[in-house]
Amino acid sequence: MTFEEIISKLKGQFGESIITSVDEMASPKAIMIDSGNLLKVMKYLHSSEGLYFDSLSCITGLDNGAESNSMEVIYNLYSIPYNHHLMVKVIVNRENPSIDSLESVWKTADWQEREVYDLLGILFNNHPDLRRILLPADWEGHPLRKDYEHQEYYRGIKVAE
Amino acid sequence: MANEVQYIFDSQNLQKSEPQKFKTEDLKSEEMIVNIGPQHPSTHGVLRLEVITNGEEIVDVVPHLGYLHRCFEKHAEQLPYNQTLPFVDRMDYLAAMNSEHAFVMGVEKMLGIENTIDKRVEYIRVLVAELNRLASHFIALGTYAMDIGAITPFPWMLRDREHILRLLEWVSGARMLYNYIWVGGLFYDLPVGFEERCKEFAQYIKPKLVEFEEVVLNNRIFIDRTANVGILPADLAINYGITGPMLRGSGLKYDLRKIDAYSVYPEIDFDIPVGKGEAGTLGDCWDRTSVRLKECNESVRIIEQCLEKLTGDHKRTRDFDPRATVPKKIRPKAQDFYVRAENPKGETGFFFRADGRSDIPFRCKARGASFVNLSILGELSRGGLIADLVAILGSIDIVLGEVDR
Repeated sequence: MTFEEIISKLKGQFGESIITSVDEMASPKAIMIDSGNLLKVMKYLHSSEGLYFDSLSCITGLDNGAESNSMEVIYNLYSIPYNHHLMVKVIVNRENPSIDSLESVWKTADWQEREVYDLLGILFNNHPDLRRILLPADWEGHPLRKDYEHQEYYRGIKVAE
Repeated sequence: MANEVQYIFDSQNLQKSEPQKFKTEDLKSEEMIVNIGPQHPSTHGVLRLEVITNGEEIVDVVPHLGYLHRCFEKHAEQLPYNQTLPFVDRMDYLAAMNSEHAFVMGVEKMLGIENTIDKRVEYIRVLVAELNRLASHFIALGTYAMDIGAITPFPWMLRDREHILRLLEWVSGARMLYNYIWVGGLFYDLPVGFEERCKEFAQYIKPKLVEFEEVVLNNRIFIDRTANVGILPADLAINYGITGPMLRGSGLKYDLRKIDAYSVYPEIDFDIPVGKGEAGTLGDCWDRTSVRLKECNESVRIIEQCLEKLTGDHKRTRDFDPRATVPKKIRPKAQDFYVRAENPKGETGFFFRADGRSDIPFRCKARGASFVNLSILGELSRGGLIADLVAILGSIDIVLGEVDR
């Protein structure tokens, strides 16, 4: 299915306003949706006939910095039987970032969302086990935020020169 | 000051930094928590497994990661693309060439120069990547046999891997972390005489692979330990994002070298081995191991075809400059880009956001195949025995550098 067909299928199912904008420059081409619609759109993308995005390759969290005051979560979907790609971008609030978990759709989201939470501090609603995964549980802050400043000492060890 | 021990010891430190997911008081009677790792040979690196057991039976497994976290993504946000390359090497340090190839491919596509690369450069890239894939699979197979209790194959495999490491050292100057494949080209051309030595190696390695198959894969004890253990159905594997030999072991013919047909792979003739459940059930540990071994044979085939091209159509010439198309300045247009490639462990992906104003990516995310593959460990080992846990973990073939990045 081409990108245009995917868009028209989504619009046919959820109405014109479901896709807030498209990014044709991105590779694979991307759609943007509101964070409130995420779960139902992803469920539809995962299991409807013709789309069948059975594989969630990558979840990326991204901080746009204090000026634009937003964060993004980017999902790279791939359909093994139909061999088509889609990038889905969702913008979340930077002060209080939270978004629905996709663990109920793709199990792989479990760890990948934990990583996003760990490094950016984005909370995933209804995630079964939202703990830090790479950093120690008592680490302060989320390192991939653009305004992150590391703690000076960790257990008496100087963190960086 | 320099010699002072800085670490402030507290007996509660482990509980604070990596608390157990399960509490002792919540366990049912007969259950207990067994902690395996982070320093344990069967975890293949610094990985800690919190295992809830009921006698010999496993109730649940919780992996604790991050002991080898080296902030790849944070580094990548502060360095130009070409200077990030050495950090890419250190992700999957057993298959650095493959990760480099994936990363470089992504940056070249963002710059739009992927069609200007010389064919000889591409063939050399595939050649060294396949050599590295062999080396990575040798470690996987050798250590797996040792996990199961067969000591002999491990030194055999390390011996054969040593030949590859020496070849790659000859090419790049480094044994494991090469920084050889550059954006737009290569560090150097192949050294003079490399093609002949590599051809000798391909001849040498074929009987060794047959030997390994006879000694390990057809071994009664090995089959008893791995057949019908850790059965992974293909649909569950896809839902967990599993890729690479693990997914192919479950019977799905899914190889990005064929599907995405990147680099010069479409010009090369090779097969994709898949698991067939020959020793037990489809998708068990034996199938995964067998797929890895068959892939070694395919890699040897690819290497031979590359060598043929590198001594034939694209042979060494005096004026060949592997750095001819290396861009002076790497500044892609503003865009989001996801690139993926088939590594020995599975799909390695890089997500880039370029802002178009600097040589440094705004965001660079690495999708490690080992990280995603490891997430299925709990699902596979629940209800099995502790001895099977070791067999399952070995068959996933993780490298902790890529899990923790």
